[in-house]
Amino acid sequence: MAKKKTIRTIPQERTPMLEQDPRARAKNFEEVSYGYRLQDAMREAERCLLCPDQPCIAGCPVGIDIPSFIEKIGKKDLRGAYDVITATSLLPAICGRVCPQENQCEGVCTVGESLEAVAIGRLERFVGDAAIAEGWANIPYIEPNGFKVGIVGSGPAGIACAADMAKAGCDVTVFEAFHQPGGVLRYGIPDFRLPNEVIDAEIGKLVGLGVRFECNTLVGRLFTIEQMIGEMGFSAVFVGTGAGYPTMLGIPGDSLNGVLSANELLTRCNLMRAKEFPNYDTPLPIGKRVAVIGSGNTAMDAMRVSLRLGSEKVYCIYRRSKAEAPARAEEVHHAEEEGVEFHWLTNPVAVLDDGKGGVRGMTCIKMELGEPDDSGRRRPVPVEGSEFDFECDVIVYAIGTNANPIMGQTSKLKLNKWGYIATDEHLATSVAGVFAGGDIVTGAATVIEAMGAGRRAAASMKAYLGIRDSNLPYVVPDESGILFGIPLRERNFARVRVA
Amino acid sequence: MSNFEIVAREDFSDVTYLLEVRHPLMAKAARPGQFVIVMSHEHGERIPLTIADFDQVKGTITLVIQAVGKTTREMQQVCKLGTTLYAIVGPMGVPSPISHAKKVVCVGGGLGVAPMFPQARAFKESGAYVIGVVGFRNKDLVFWEDKFRACCDEFIICTDDGSAGIKGLVTEGIRQAIEKHPDIDEVVAIGPPVMMKGCAEATRAHKIKTMVSLNPLMVDGTGMCGGCRVKIGDEVKFACVDGPDFDGHLVDFDDLMTRLRRYTKEERMALDHWEQSCRLQKEIDAAAQAALLAR
Repeated sequence: MAKKKTIRTIPQERTPMLEQDPRARAKNFEEVSYGYRLQDAMREAERCLLCPDQPCIAGCPVGIDIPSFIEKIGKKDLRGAYDVITATSLLPAICGRVCPQENQCEGVCTVGESLEAVAIGRLERFVGDAAIAEGWANIPYIEPNGFKVGIVGSGPAGIACAADMAKAGCDVTVFEAFHQPGGVLRYGIPDFRLPNEVIDAEIGKLVGLGVRFECNTLVGRLFTIEQMIGEMGFSAVFVGTGAGYPTMLGIPGDSLNGVLSANELLTRCNLMRAKEFPNYDTPLPIGKRVAVIGSGNTAMDAMRVSLRLGSEKVYCIYRRSKAEAPARAEEVHHAEEEGVEFHWLTNPVAVLDDGKGGVRGMTCIKMELGEPDDSGRRRPVPVEGSEFDFECDVIVYAIGTNANPIMGQTSKLKLNKWGYIATDEHLATSVAGVFAGGDIVTGAATVIEAMGAGRRAAASMKAYLGIRDSNLPYVVPDESGILFGIPLRERNFARVRVA
Repeated sequence: MSNFEIVAREDFSDVTYLLEVRHPLMAKAARPGQFVIVMSHEHGERIPLTIADFDQVKGTITLVIQAVGKTTREMQQVCKLGTTLYAIVGPMGVPSPISHAKKVVCVGGGLGVAPMFPQARAFKESGAYVIGVVGFRNKDLVFWEDKFRACCDEFIICTDDGSAGIKGLVTEGIRQAIEKHPDIDEVVAIGPPVMMKGCAEATRAHKIKTMVSLNPLMVDGTGMCGGCRVKIGDEVKFACVDGPDFDGHLVDFDDLMTRLRRYTKEERMALDHWEQSCRLQKEIDAAAQAALLAR
């Protein structure tokens, strides 16, 4: 019997993750972190105290049984760990990479009270990657229930909802306006943070569940939500179209060439592969000196993409201080390592014209922190007379988004005063059978929050349709035997009975 | 959804060509003034094209394209009858508000002639007296005269050299129409920005409502990137979801024209790169042919 672990007996330092050298990686689009090897993962798993409180589970928006999967890693049972995670989360390889763990599971970790928290995100990613490498997919027995469900948008909210509805036995179709599925995972998050192969693999799992993806379909314009519920015969619809509509600063020079939104930069680079121009046809403005306004995850992505595209200098301009930066801590750290120059407490006042329609530079003003505002963060106020000019030729706005107007223009869905879709606490909209979640309801948030919303909406949709919730934790049946020379547990095909 | 087959093609001149694409759902949904975004192949860029016609019975939509840059010239070569487009999404944008105007002038210039057609037809169907004004460089470039005549009560062709219709720009056609009809309620204009600017100026003094259809650069076409932002009076609007139709008297056309030049350098590069590979391909083909003959 092993001795009980205590805070003194576990490895004190968090196990580091192998990363590309910052200077080398700032020039390529390869993934920054290589991820844990088995020995790293097992060492890190040792650090979990398996404490009785399990605050991490409550800290996870989808409630993964974290101690249980970590315990299984410790026993080298990776398949077991994967089964535990997939009981509640479909996409560990994605969430392990992009969740802001420090505000969620890791933020409440018991170990974290005295030492560095257990690296839950890295362990989750380790399991997710192992599953992709081994080709594991937990596809449960699915009995079709005859309900047709439509999902609008193939981003994190949409695919999380699609997965749950498919597992419940619904015939699920996901509609996507772009030519490839994945939403923000595809167009927004760059390859070095989330490789396309990971997205393909995770979406492949949904296809394995029987979910259909229809790309090149702009719902609202090609057909409306009302038509989906009506003549197209969908029993329920989930709207997860994301926020879109980037905010501009509204300062002089906003419309100059060389000023663009982070969404545009990232979409051109990630989805349209402008980084491989002219072998791909989509161009991209590559500045010598790039100023990125904002300090969220999107801003960090825009800066790090700019470095990789060959910009000599990349600046981060943020009106608050580092402590208030909304980005994931790891992203800020990575951006610093790669050579981004941060200008905290600095706010743009005007974009300067080069006389040819382009950008010559920017006038900024210094800020200081005043009283806390509604968000609880200290409000930045300008320091009078502290304006200064600096040189740059591309300016990227990463200051958030407003509500995308298409759903409001084309449906009777009730919107709130900011233009987002209004829902009740069950994520039901004002139209019967139509549910909504993710950024189009809450405004810009994180991937995992969107996934959480997608899953909550799925639970409501099942209640609405009167389907018994088959969303029980997936239990691996005893499959130790062998059939046709193949181990039973490797039978990863969808067992769909034809009605 | 894929397999967007080209079921008809017509070449109006050595730069202008028409593609009719099978897409029954879109043919049913499309309204005048809306546009699509097309990708011709997997490595292609997303280009916005205004819908020039749609036929619910045949289940097709029609695009009229001018070969000006790399993508449109490449499409001119590869988009043959029976081939398919990699992606087409739409109909996008807010449909043109077909008002209850009793007398309208529908102005199309160059590339804008084709997308003006569905609007002219819609105005006719709603009972308006429709005056069509279309402009081309010369008579060889004229197309769809019959289609326009079928839905216009009056029809004026303007050519730069006077080889067809009246000599002059479409603004001359507008001037003549306004002179003859003091009771024009509305002018709608589609074409190059400089032409639409001219149209807006031609009607401003007469205080005639003038709608224009803007054509800025776009990526997604769903309001997500903001690349297509335009200045309308004091406001910034996204042409893809707030437009593409706006009040011509409020549009900042100079801003639009500057923003259209954002990627001039890259567009040139792409074209050179493509022409180079076309030349190489030709040389390879010729060499292969020669080798074949030598055997």
